[in-house]
Amino acid sequence: MATEILDARAPHPVPVVERPGGPTGHDPIGRGDDGGGPGAAFDPAQFGLWAFLGTVSMLFIGFTSAYIVRRTGIDWRPLPLPRLLWWNTAALLLSSAALEVARRRRTALDLRGLRLWLGATALLAGLFVAGQFQAWRLLRALGFFLSSNPHSSFFYMLSGVHLLHLGGGLVWFALVLYRLRGARYAPAAGGRTLSLFATYWHFLGLLWAYVLFLIFVF
Amino acid sequence: MAHTEAHAAEAHAHDHAPQAFIWKYVFSKDHKVIGIQYYVTAMMMALIAGLLAMLIRIQLAWPEVNWGLLGKLMPMGFQGGGGQPYVMNPEFYAMLFTMHGTIMVFFVLSTAPVSGFGNLLIPLQVGARDMAFPFLNGLSFWTFLCGCVTILTSFFVGAGAAAGGWTSYPPLSALRGAVPGSQIGQTFWIIAMVFFIASFTMGGLNFVTTIINLRTKGLSLLRMPLTMWSMFLVAILGLLAFPALTGASLMLLLDRHFGTSFFLPTGLVLNGTPMVGANGQFVHQGGSPLLWQHLFWFLGHPEVYILMLPALGFTSDILTTFCRKALFGYKAMVGAMVAIAGLSFIVWGHHMFVSGMSPYLAMAFAVGTILIAVPSAVKVFNWLATLWRSRIQYKTPMLWAMGVVSLFISGGLSGVWLGQSAPDIQLHDTFFVVAHFHLIMAGAALFGVFGATAMWFPKMFGRMMNDTLGKWHFWFTFVTYYGTFFPMHYIGLAGHMRRIYDPYQYEFLKSMQPLNHFITISALILGASQILFFVNFFWSAFKGAKAPENPWNANGLEWTTSSPPPHGNWPGAIPEVHRWPYEYSNPSAPKDFVMQHEPPLAVESGH
Amino acid sequence: MAKLQGLLFGLATLVLVVVATFLFTKEWLPPLKSDRIAIDHALAITLVVTGLVFIVTNLLLAWFGYAYQDAPGAKAAYWHDSPRLEMTWTLVTAGILAIFLFNALNLWAKVNSRPPADAVLIEVTGQQFAWNVRYPGKDGVLGKTDHLQASQDNPIGLVKDDPAAKDDLLLLNQLYLPKDRPVRVQVRSMDVIHSFFLPNFRVKQDAMPGMTIEIWFTPKETGDFEIACAEHCGLGHYRMRGQVHVVPAADLDKAVAEAAQ
Repeated sequence: MATEILDARAPHPVPVVERPGGPTGHDPIGRGDDGGGPGAAFDPAQFGLWAFLGTVSMLFIGFTSAYIVRRTGIDWRPLPLPRLLWWNTAALLLSSAALEVARRRRTALDLRGLRLWLGATALLAGLFVAGQFQAWRLLRALGFFLSSNPHSSFFYMLSGVHLLHLGGGLVWFALVLYRLRGARYAPAAGGRTLSLFATYWHFLGLLWAYVLFLIFVF
Repeated sequence: MAHTEAHAAEAHAHDHAPQAFIWKYVFSKDHKVIGIQYYVTAMMMALIAGLLAMLIRIQLAWPEVNWGLLGKLMPMGFQGGGGQPYVMNPEFYAMLFTMHGTIMVFFVLSTAPVSGFGNLLIPLQVGARDMAFPFLNGLSFWTFLCGCVTILTSFFVGAGAAAGGWTSYPPLSALRGAVPGSQIGQTFWIIAMVFFIASFTMGGLNFVTTIINLRTKGLSLLRMPLTMWSMFLVAILGLLAFPALTGASLMLLLDRHFGTSFFLPTGLVLNGTPMVGANGQFVHQGGSPLLWQHLFWFLGHPEVYILMLPALGFTSDILTTFCRKALFGYKAMVGAMVAIAGLSFIVWGHHMFVSGMSPYLAMAFAVGTILIAVPSAVKVFNWLATLWRSRIQYKTPMLWAMGVVSLFISGGLSGVWLGQSAPDIQLHDTFFVVAHFHLIMAGAALFGVFGATAMWFPKMFGRMMNDTLGKWHFWFTFVTYYGTFFPMHYIGLAGHMRRIYDPYQYEFLKSMQPLNHFITISALILGASQILFFVNFFWSAFKGAKAPENPWNANGLEWTTSSPPPHGNWPGAIPEVHRWPYEYSNPSAPKDFVMQHEPPLAVESGH
Repeated sequence: MAKLQGLLFGLATLVLVVVATFLFTKEWLPPLKSDRIAIDHALAITLVVTGLVFIVTNLLLAWFGYAYQDAPGAKAAYWHDSPRLEMTWTLVTAGILAIFLFNALNLWAKVNSRPPADAVLIEVTGQQFAWNVRYPGKDGVLGKTDHLQASQDNPIGLVKDDPAAKDDLLLLNQLYLPKDRPVRVQVRSMDVIHSFFLPNFRVKQDAMPGMTIEIWFTPKETGDFEIACAEHCGLGHYRMRGQVHVVPAADLDKAVAEAAQ
């Protein structure tokens, strides 16, 4: 592995920044840098993640432009907003908040608190996912299907694409929790992975709030 | 390099490169192996898409001819028009041009220069051990391969591959009854696109992160080779533009299979039968076919620069190396590339001048289009100024680079014809457009890839390509490339439409047949000449002369390590950079080149 | 051998120009039969300017490629920046292109201007794979259409009981145009995207399903010409061919009525 070569030659045998898998675990995110280059001030993984968020944002900007164009169609019939969606939104945003609390517990070296709040994050995320499926069921019962009219098409499509991205986030979250399983003390619990994941998770919360705003408020 | 040897032994002890064949060469995370995997796969795809093009040309020159042997080889495609056996059928022809375009644009010309040479060269030229995310990089290749398999499989499913053109305009691509390829073949097309975009996104994330974060000490952005600038810009273009096609493809999929109406308007009547549902109303209501075109070309136009920018980067690097002269106007060249990349986002509407979109909008797009010609012209002038009073060494890479300059001039000038909205009324959707984009986009990208192959072959396989064979390949390709695509301007001006199975149905196109014969013969020679390349490539990879560290006396960082570079790229420390990579023929230097990592001289260019 | 390479570069371009000139004399735009001569002029000006740039840049390329070859004792200049030179060619290029742009936009505005009041109204509806041409008849009003009523016998879904539809005249693949009178053509499509292309008239307009797009022009010479489909619309795209007949304006109604029999 490329990273192992440079680890061996780096001034510190243990990397300064914490990386996924901890200092000795294997590292899927190799740095490839001997350090000191003009770009070394950034954390590559954080930078790459932001670039990824940029490309996901472009996807939703594309959908937004399609939505704005399509809204002018004569066949546009507004979709009722199921109240459940507000609860779902609350669950997702609260799970973001819980994740932040968890990160603070980690900084405070409180391993028990960290686990507790990560559990809360997972629970709220689960509620959101279940709630989204329930909202789809409710709308279907009301006779609004994917193909009923453009408004419902956009709702199902955008919430579906959002859920797909959330699914990816959950896989990542599972990986974070898996790594935590044997941790005996908080700093080993992958602070960097956790902060990367938190960035993505908050983004998903904001993205959902945006989708809701676009479809039902805008 | 002295330090290289000194550290070699020490480095060896630390080298934990995977040893098992499967991890070293198949599921590799090493950027060089991934680059070669991408490159070889793309070239195989090029071979297939090139053969499709030969079939297109044969049909255009001699429709209604009984191709006995071809017909026997591909019975599906030669079921005969007009009851004759072994005559190509229109379904097959539509699949040919659709698949030729799709495969060439996405799976060959976006892949070989960007994913192939990008992966090979980025860590070597910026001075990094590997890409920022090696695992993601490997995953990206395998995702890409899934896309290749999907698109090739589509020929053999249901009624055959997609046949709505590479642009897949709905309703043609959305209505299963509109054309046979719009049955399951179009779904395969969409899935292949999603694979491709996912792989390109993973690659793009790697590109920007590596170039921003992992540059070696001293390598500021304005000291990067133009190849690196092009890769950086291409990755940004891909990350920002491809999502539009992802979204549009998803909407097309829903329109096709789940009865939504994003792109399908009210009132579709197919074969005299209104497309109504059980309630007596139209199944599709109120969608906009123009919306697809906007979304498609929002990707599609940046996409053509994704193809071209790397070729422009290679050309600058190759030209300077083989004319032993510093690049003229480096900052203007960087600026021009940035301007081209930026402007590429606001010109997409020039593909839609006659589509029925608002004429005011069309005016705005015409302004952007003419604007983008300025930085393109600056690039040509700077290349010419670089050649002026230089000392040209005609090695194979140099020929290809000069070929790119020539094609970029020819194709760029025909762009001025098409960018003016009013004259475009006559030229739109004719062979003039085909001539234009084959010269500037396909040609420049292809020549760029060939040039880069000859240039960086030592870093791929540690051997040199055969120069004589390379030159023969170039001259055959150069002459027949022009022979194929230049005459297309004439038939285009005369009104010859694109995507026509049998042009001679039209009275006014009957006189085009002799010219079509000429083009086809030229294209067939062009196709056959590529055998020279494949022979040279595989022969040289195994039997070519061993390459030294820096066979061309070039300046870049990639030439400071062995050919091919070891795992981790430099056995010792990564060299530090003291200047740009174009310091050639500096009178105060002992040699006619000063490499990027050499200590500062008394008098320098200041770059 | 090295010298030869340089020469070859020059030769390749030269041969190209010679072949091009030869071909030029044979094929050019189809003979113009409408009032859109400005498009031809714009193309001719573009040809002259881009042709000049083409020849000059290619000659430079060939000259540099030939003259500055490596030889014993040859030295390359150490010269890599000249802000004044770069600024000059950037501004000159921008200036020339600005003139092109101005001309093109002007022309575009003219082509897309409002049709004159006395223009003859015609509707052209594309379907796989034919052009349905409709004239409003004596009342000058096109009858309503309803795509739900479309069938093999009623391809454009004409509403038969609409009074305005009674005198509408329908033709298939035959378009009659009056000489020297402006015509407004409303372009529509029943199914997929087609493109209504009249090569001799410098007219091309995509037929977008769900939209009615109006264009106008004036035929200038009588005679028979062709309608082509310029947008890939399916397997029969290549034979979606129609005919244009330009007749003296006074004979238009008669010619259409006869053809509609």
